[in-house]
Amino acid sequence: MKASVIVFPGSNCDRDAAVVLESVMGHAPAMVWHGDSELLKSDLIVLPGGFSYGDYLRSGAMAAHSPVMREVVSRARAGTPVLGICNGFQVLTEAGLLPGVLMRNAALRFICKDVLLKVERNDTGFARQYKKGEVVRFPIANKDGSYFADEATLDRLEGENRVAFRYCDASGAVTADANPNGSCRNIAGIYNETGNVLGLMPHPERLADAALNGTDGAKMFASLVEAIH
Amino acid sequence: MKARITITLKPGVLDPQGKAIEGALHALGFGGVDGVRQGKYIEVEVAESDPARAGAEIERMCEQLLANTIIENYAYELDAA
Repeated sequence: MKASVIVFPGSNCDRDAAVVLESVMGHAPAMVWHGDSELLKSDLIVLPGGFSYGDYLRSGAMAAHSPVMREVVSRARAGTPVLGICNGFQVLTEAGLLPGVLMRNAALRFICKDVLLKVERNDTGFARQYKKGEVVRFPIANKDGSYFADEATLDRLEGENRVAFRYCDASGAVTADANPNGSCRNIAGIYNETGNVLGLMPHPERLADAALNGTDGAKMFASLVEAIH
Repeated sequence: MKARITITLKPGVLDPQGKAIEGALHALGFGGVDGVRQGKYIEVEVAESDPARAGAEIERMCEQLLANTIIENYAYELDAA
């Protein structure tokens, strides 16, 4: 399996993503600079977290138009699995690969803490090692993490079973109190129509090692290795 | 010519920053203030001197990058600079 991690100026979770990918794949992923317009054949493309271009204009807006993204968009449309985490999710929405937009958190604060998520689907390459309805713990670390889309888009996402994760409480109940940032319908992550593109604000790569006091995130990467092999 | 571009949140899109500004204005004693919305203002110099063509170019810039039309509206004025 070959994985590529795209590195933008201002990415800061690219190394975290590379470490977890190496641990599950047994070899290191390719690190691809945003200015490259060539991308080696990849079975998985990861857009990491961070603050690409300093979040200038809007989070992810500049990165979405960087040279390598033209190739990422075309690979995604051809079926290559693409995982966008945090800033990577913002880039995917700005690039038009996922609907909606990530807006300023309702409380206007940068929020850095672990959150509980309900796994809404386990029939994708990203989530096959989770159970449907399972509650998992991933960290969030963002200021622009409030998922917004108009009501028609939200209804379409739900109708097409494209919500990947929702913020929930320990019992798995999706409540207003469990929503850390005002995201519409507690949405933490969504899939594209074909299920090969996943964007989520929480960071699976940051709780993927027992030394970090949690391994719920590791299953996402192990799922991908299992699905791609 | 110079384009003066204003980008505003669409009606109905929550604007927590606008709300916070409104609260601060109330705290300063501006009690009659309501409906504060925060947006962006961008100036661009374009080489094109024909207003119709310059306007079309500015619109493409707004659609492709300057505004996110899911949540934002844009408007612009052109000055012969």
